[in-house]
Amino acid sequence: MIGFPILSLITFLPILGMFLIMFMKKEQSKSIKYLTLGITALQIVLALVLLASYNYSAGGIYEEKSFQFIEKFKWINISGISWLGNIKIDYFMGIDGLSMPMVLLTALVSFVAALSSWNIEKSVKGYFALFLLLDAGMMGVFVSLDFFLFYIFWELMLLPMYFLIGIWGGPRKEYAAIKFFIYTLFGSVFILLVMIGLYFSATELMADGSRVHTFSMIALMNPANYSADGILSALNPDNLRLIAYIALFAGFAIKIPMFPFHTWLPDAHVEAPTPISVILAGVLLKMGTYGILRISYPIFPDITRDLMWYIALFGMVNIIYGALVALAQKDFKKLIAYSSVSHMGYVLLGMASLTTVGINGAIFQMFNHGTITAMLFLIVGVVYDRTHTRGLNDFGGLASQMPVYTGFVTVAFFAAIGLPSMSGFVSEALVFIGAFGVDSLRVLTIISTLGILLGAAYMLWTLQRIFFGPLNEKWASLKDLDAREYAMFIPLTIIIIFLGVYPSAMLNIMNSSVNSLVHFVTTTVSTTSLGGL
Amino acid sequence: MSESLLINISIVILFLPLLGFTTVIFFGKKIPKLYMFEVAVLGLTLLLSIIVAYVKLSIYDTKDIIAAFTWISMGNAPALGGINIELGFKIDNITVIMLFVVNLISFLVHVFSIEYMRGDKRYTRYFAYLGIFTFSMLGIVLTHNLLMMYIFWELVGLSSYLLIGFWYEKKSASDAAKKAFIVNRIGDIGMFLGILILFTQYHTFTFDAIYEQIAAGNIPFGSNAWLTAAGILIFMGAVGKSAQFPLHVWLPDAMEGPTPVSALIHAATMVAAGVYLAVRIFVMLTADAMLVIAVVGAVTALVAATIALTQNDIKKVLAYSTVSQLGYMVMSIGVGAYAFAFFHLVTHAFFKACLFLGSGSVIHSMHHEQDIRNMGGLKKKMPITYYTFLISSLAISGVPLFSGFLSKDGILAGTLVFGKLTGHWLIPIIGFAVAGLTAFYMFRLVIMTFHGEPRDHHKYDHAHESPFVMAAPLVVLAVLSVFIWYTPNPINPSAGWVIGDWIKTPAQVTPLETRYEFMKPSSEAAKAEVHGEVIHSVEYTETMHWAHYPAMFLSLFLAGLGILVAFLFYQWKKLNADKLAEKLQGLYKFSLNKWFLDELYDLTAIAGTLRFSSILAWFDNTIVDGIVNGSATVTRFTSRMSNWFDTYIVDGAVNFSAFLSGFVGLSFRRLQTGKVQTYIVFVVFAIIILLMFFKPF
Amino acid sequence: MLTVGLNHFLVISAVLFSLGIYGIVTRKNAVMVLMGIELVLNSANINFVAFSHYGNFGLNGQAIALFVIVLAAAEAAIALAIVLNVYKTFAEVNVDEIDHLKE
Repeated sequence: MIGFPILSLITFLPILGMFLIMFMKKEQSKSIKYLTLGITALQIVLALVLLASYNYSAGGIYEEKSFQFIEKFKWINISGISWLGNIKIDYFMGIDGLSMPMVLLTALVSFVAALSSWNIEKSVKGYFALFLLLDAGMMGVFVSLDFFLFYIFWELMLLPMYFLIGIWGGPRKEYAAIKFFIYTLFGSVFILLVMIGLYFSATELMADGSRVHTFSMIALMNPANYSADGILSALNPDNLRLIAYIALFAGFAIKIPMFPFHTWLPDAHVEAPTPISVILAGVLLKMGTYGILRISYPIFPDITRDLMWYIALFGMVNIIYGALVALAQKDFKKLIAYSSVSHMGYVLLGMASLTTVGINGAIFQMFNHGTITAMLFLIVGVVYDRTHTRGLNDFGGLASQMPVYTGFVTVAFFAAIGLPSMSGFVSEALVFIGAFGVDSLRVLTIISTLGILLGAAYMLWTLQRIFFGPLNEKWASLKDLDAREYAMFIPLTIIIIFLGVYPSAMLNIMNSSVNSLVHFVTTTVSTTSLGGL
Repeated sequence: MSESLLINISIVILFLPLLGFTTVIFFGKKIPKLYMFEVAVLGLTLLLSIIVAYVKLSIYDTKDIIAAFTWISMGNAPALGGINIELGFKIDNITVIMLFVVNLISFLVHVFSIEYMRGDKRYTRYFAYLGIFTFSMLGIVLTHNLLMMYIFWELVGLSSYLLIGFWYEKKSASDAAKKAFIVNRIGDIGMFLGILILFTQYHTFTFDAIYEQIAAGNIPFGSNAWLTAAGILIFMGAVGKSAQFPLHVWLPDAMEGPTPVSALIHAATMVAAGVYLAVRIFVMLTADAMLVIAVVGAVTALVAATIALTQNDIKKVLAYSTVSQLGYMVMSIGVGAYAFAFFHLVTHAFFKACLFLGSGSVIHSMHHEQDIRNMGGLKKKMPITYYTFLISSLAISGVPLFSGFLSKDGILAGTLVFGKLTGHWLIPIIGFAVAGLTAFYMFRLVIMTFHGEPRDHHKYDHAHESPFVMAAPLVVLAVLSVFIWYTPNPINPSAGWVIGDWIKTPAQVTPLETRYEFMKPSSEAAKAEVHGEVIHSVEYTETMHWAHYPAMFLSLFLAGLGILVAFLFYQWKKLNADKLAEKLQGLYKFSLNKWFLDELYDLTAIAGTLRFSSILAWFDNTIVDGIVNGSATVTRFTSRMSNWFDTYIVDGAVNFSAFLSGFVGLSFRRLQTGKVQTYIVFVVFAIIILLMFFKPF
Repeated sequence: MLTVGLNHFLVISAVLFSLGIYGIVTRKNAVMVLMGIELVLNSANINFVAFSHYGNFGLNGQAIALFVIVLAAAEAAIALAIVLNVYKTFAEVNVDEIDHLKE
């Protein structure tokens, strides 16, 4: 079913744009910006085309034929290199209910971030070229089905991110950029190791009947493809699956970021320019949880079942710890960064439940956190552009000065608190319903609900400190939103409220895949079980 | 009118205020006159709800009408089966009565606000907020399931937040709004957990479906303790929203909002939502859960009444009186007097809204003076306000001929029966004591405000009777506080249609062993029936008859005593309140400072959380990030060491070998003559030597 | 009867080779060195032809000999050209004097 290569198009379109920008003159900064905006808008259109022809009942996950828009070619195929045998890496893309929401999110957040990049003045050409490269990397991660390809995109994204923070960032940008880069690279090493281990443990049956080592995620999920002597094969009594799982999980957990690997996040967020914070929080963090769901869960279902309590525990710690630390922050952006830590905890908790409701909630929370936190960072950006300060105590009474802005802030804050009628509520509720239904996770879930309370506390306190009270005379000349800022906020607001009122629009997309994922992870017997830690 | 039409009209009633909200919030800035649209919308919903209530109560008297739709469907989930989350509407007698109450009070508050809020700089937005509040409240009323209840529950929290913090320039207002929302959230967490227990067991949120399962013997996690826990946890939502002890602290602070808002939200409707919730879950409450509820209600009633005795802010007195009355209603649920709890909710909504609007009228004419020590003598200046206020005060004090007497007497009789049947005598004792206290502080308020001589002549001279749009709602509400609307017999509510026909206590569905003795049905036939009228034990009915007159006379006596004492203190000055306060200074301070609960919370929960959070932030910054940065430092140190090693050892070896080869090269240099011929000689000899050496042939 | 066998050819070839080497090593004039090279090449040619005749190689030897002759001609031409250029540059054809390779 190789038709029109729409996934390649949506992935490599930004790279095309990047080359176009390289050929443009430095002075044409307006056209560069419009070009970038156009590319991201086109991406949204492509994503909507995908959605329009999307088959809602196809499960995906472990079954190649129920993936959609598949593109599969032999990419690197070297036969007979001494003991390595045949090296085969496919260019393998496709989407299912797990990746479709993420593709939509990436397209949307990139567009909004491009809009909010309008007032970048420093070396515009370089900025937007890197921006588009970043965009391509993110999209690639979500559509790749070959582990090797996935890893390439995963790493591809780091490079532009490093420069975008390191050149266009705030006062401590070098520190933040290096910290981000090294931390994430550190995680990638684990992923790489596990990837190679898996490659040598499993083989794929080719059309001619021969068996060839493979990076295809789908082939790696099938326990029948493992040979007894592979180090990551469950058949091997001395296998290293538990260690590999933990290593892989750590690699992804750094990206989420999961406590205690989260400290790169506040620094990166505080130093990054607004649009990059938006992308970082809106899309990049989702890659960690996406990776776990796409790779760790189905490839290691046995270990996943054994360790679900620990995953939930980390989820709970993220929720409570992130919220409590957020409560103590004095910097607006840092507060939002820690709120991200807290909100990603819900994703972990939902995933750990291994139930349809919980994982639906987790993926939905990934999407919602993407839109809501993107909006929160845009909000910080708007006020920072005007006042050049982010201290929570430097403001006061902005509600009278900027009523429309305050309106959007109220929507975003209450969405973050999980107010019903906004999308965040539905996903958090589903996460709790899912996790509460599992006997072993009940206590953790009950403790986690405190996060709802703490979330309300730090968000409302922030709202009060910045917007309420008498107007601080220093800011008496602040302007309310302009047309461009309206254009950033309105789509996000509409999506947040629409999905809050009609969550099925998104839940239906992922539901079949979540059902097959849950089915696969809970029932697959990988021949032996390790019996817990 | 057909059933489907009835439910469709109800849905229209629900969404009309939302339409009002969106219209006003988006276009209100350009067309300030739009607030009239919002008022008109409320007029329309009131009209519709009267029609719905009339049709439901007269035609479908005993039938519940339900309309539901699937909100989220998760297909056929592995291991769990089909998961569908349904939302929907249910119309029964309680619903339509609440629909009428909410819409009526909301409409009157809208009308009242036209004048009261005139000149405010966010005038139109105020009406938009009233619209979203009405929408949320109606959602709670109309829902047939717990999830939708929770959704609108939180939306009510949001609108309450917006309205309390309406004058956000004042720090106290934004503080109060924040406090209200967060304190409510504490209760909501409990409610949410309760809902989770039920959903985990039954995979549905719908009240009726859950009750059917419980009645069929399907208990959460197979244990009665979980059923009790679910009941108490859901009730925690009511503790938050209905301002029950110990979460009542937000309500008095919420008086920072505009006074009509206090009338609408913090007296008549939103705070009644908690009681409404308790009414809805009544049938699944076990005896243990009911006892908890009764105790919470009683403690709340007593605490709030004792605080109300000494407050000097007119709205604070009313706020604590509200808390106290809500305590009554909750206590009433706890002792099984279901019908009277709801009845009191209705009557209280009218007279308390009247009291608040009356206080608004006073505050308006006194130029935002709220301290009753600066009032007095307003009776002559504001006769309409005075008489409506007086009627409502008589109603709340439980004087015959007024609505409050009917409902309150029922509750007190219920507690008396409960005391007799279970031996928990403390609950009726508290109930009767609070009745006396209520009469006292209400008349203290009336006398201080309206009777005697004016204490602040400047403000008194400017005071004037409120204009028609403010006075008319007062009159309507005062008229509704008279007994005749509820029963033809002013001393027997059961003779009337509200208690006699409309509100019937439903049968419990909990397992028999978890119920009070008196709540077990007397016959097997009654046991089988799930949704019919409750058949209490014969013993209960008999005790109820026994309790009727003692309760009535005792409460009458106490109300009269309370009023008399108030007159002795404040009207006739036979007794001196200040001297008494002096004498009982400890108690006085305790009451004046609201039992120091706010201070207690500030010092423990709030300060504790903040302290803990800053410790964690320090931990995060210093330890967690310190480890990260430490590892970076270690890496840098290692790299510096390697650098030294590299420069002096590794590179030293390299350089030494370079030097060595250079030396060797120099030594052999002499062989290089630069003459090709010499080289050829070398080559030839070398070949010859090699040939000789290896002997290839 | 003394017949001319392979050994005779090889001996002649060896003599020729030695003469050639001797010429290359001892002569100072570059042209003479060139002539020595020609001798060495031709000694090889003799070997090729001889082996081809006595061995079982068909005409391969003759063919290679022809190639060598052609190459020798080309080589001679180039070498003479170099010699001419060297003469132009150094005004000298004495190979002992041209020892710039040393530096």
